[in-house]
Amino acid sequence: MAADKVDPIHQFHIIKLIPINIGGYDLSFTNSALFMVATVVVAAAFLFLTTSSRSLVPGRLQSVSEMAYEFVGNMLRDAAGTQGMKFFPLVFSLFMFVLVANLLGLFPYFFTITSHIIVTFGLAILVIATVIIYGFMKHGLGFLKLFVPKGVPLVMMLLVVPIEVISFVSRPISLSVRLFANMLAGHITLKVFSGFVVSLSAFGALGIAGSILPLAMAVALTALELLVAFLQAYVFAVLTCMYLNDALHPSH
Amino acid sequence: MFVTSAFAEETAPAAGAAGDTHSGTSVPAEAHAAFPPFDPSTFPSQLLWLAITFGLFYLFLKRVVMPRVGGIIDVRNDRITQDLDQAAKLKGEADAAVAAYEQELAEAKTKANAIGQQANDAAKAEAETARKKVEAALDAKLGEAEARISSIKANAMKEVGSIAEDTASAIVEALVGGKASKAEIAAAVKSVAR
Repeated sequence: MAADKVDPIHQFHIIKLIPINIGGYDLSFTNSALFMVATVVVAAAFLFLTTSSRSLVPGRLQSVSEMAYEFVGNMLRDAAGTQGMKFFPLVFSLFMFVLVANLLGLFPYFFTITSHIIVTFGLAILVIATVIIYGFMKHGLGFLKLFVPKGVPLVMMLLVVPIEVISFVSRPISLSVRLFANMLAGHITLKVFSGFVVSLSAFGALGIAGSILPLAMAVALTALELLVAFLQAYVFAVLTCMYLNDALHPSH
Repeated sequence: MFVTSAFAEETAPAAGAAGDTHSGTSVPAEAHAAFPPFDPSTFPSQLLWLAITFGLFYLFLKRVVMPRVGGIIDVRNDRITQDLDQAAKLKGEADAAVAAYEQELAEAKTKANAIGQQANDAAKAEAETARKKVEAALDAKLGEAEARISSIKANAMKEVGSIAEDTASAIVEALVGGKASKAEIAAAVKSVAR
């Protein structure tokens, strides 16, 4: 922990652990990369180890893995139908990655990779690129019907088509900003309230008594952040499913 | 927890807790000019490592984890359908056994009724013959007794005639003082007795 200010932003700083520089690009292994590795290892190890017994009657941990699997599977089937199941590995990977990254970020001193817009944007671009590439591969130019709703008069098309295009283009932005902003704001709020506790308790007995309120807030916020961590992973996965449905069935 | 004692001393006299944390959010630390999530110099590294880690994660889930979990769930579903089928089969067998049992029970009941009826009839017939026999014996005895009574009565009646003759001759003797002939008296008694 650096000796600089108690800065709610401090937790988002990128620290180079192994500096790597290739062709003028800074590709260092940073704390962010470390926690990406940690997220992947934790999620993969959990899913792998809890299902290694392949019990017919699952234990608690195996149930958790199966529930996650069936939860995402049902979500995708509801949104995109059985044809959408070819994207199951992608959606399941995204859900588990975001969920574990969010949950790991709740540990004190841990870095939250989803609080960086470039990470969430990278994931969102992956989703949209999948939608566009698969959409054009499967339907060719028919994929452009996505922007032309059925049963709209020709005059209205002048208005509707640009709106559809804008809505499509803003998808990767809204998808990434939603996750990023939730995680960023939650962690800043937590840090601010925890900072209150420390600063107030420096004022002696009265300060310590006064710090009970922000402490209670910090505890309540932690619970809320736990909910948000799950909810944002869920929202990310649900929206991914809906966008993939557009790639499968462009004419709506 | 994120603050050193040096920091606490430094900020405590300043403006109070609320003020200083607020200034923390609005004014970023001077060492890092840009807000870290919007610092483009970190983008290439983060994108590269995201691609590497997420790519490996995707491959691992697709190749190893998902076939395994899917397999577990499929096997369980198969097993459940199998067990349900077997349970249905066993239930059918149990139902058949119950039906057979009930049929046998009904048969046994009718058989038992028939046997009871038969025994009842036989007992009735036996009782009837016994009664008839006893009645016949009683009738015979009654006839005998009646015959005896009538013979005794006849004897008695015979004797009544002779007694009346004796009495009549005695009365005649006493009243008339003469002797009436035996034949006359007998005729007279006979005419009276009729």
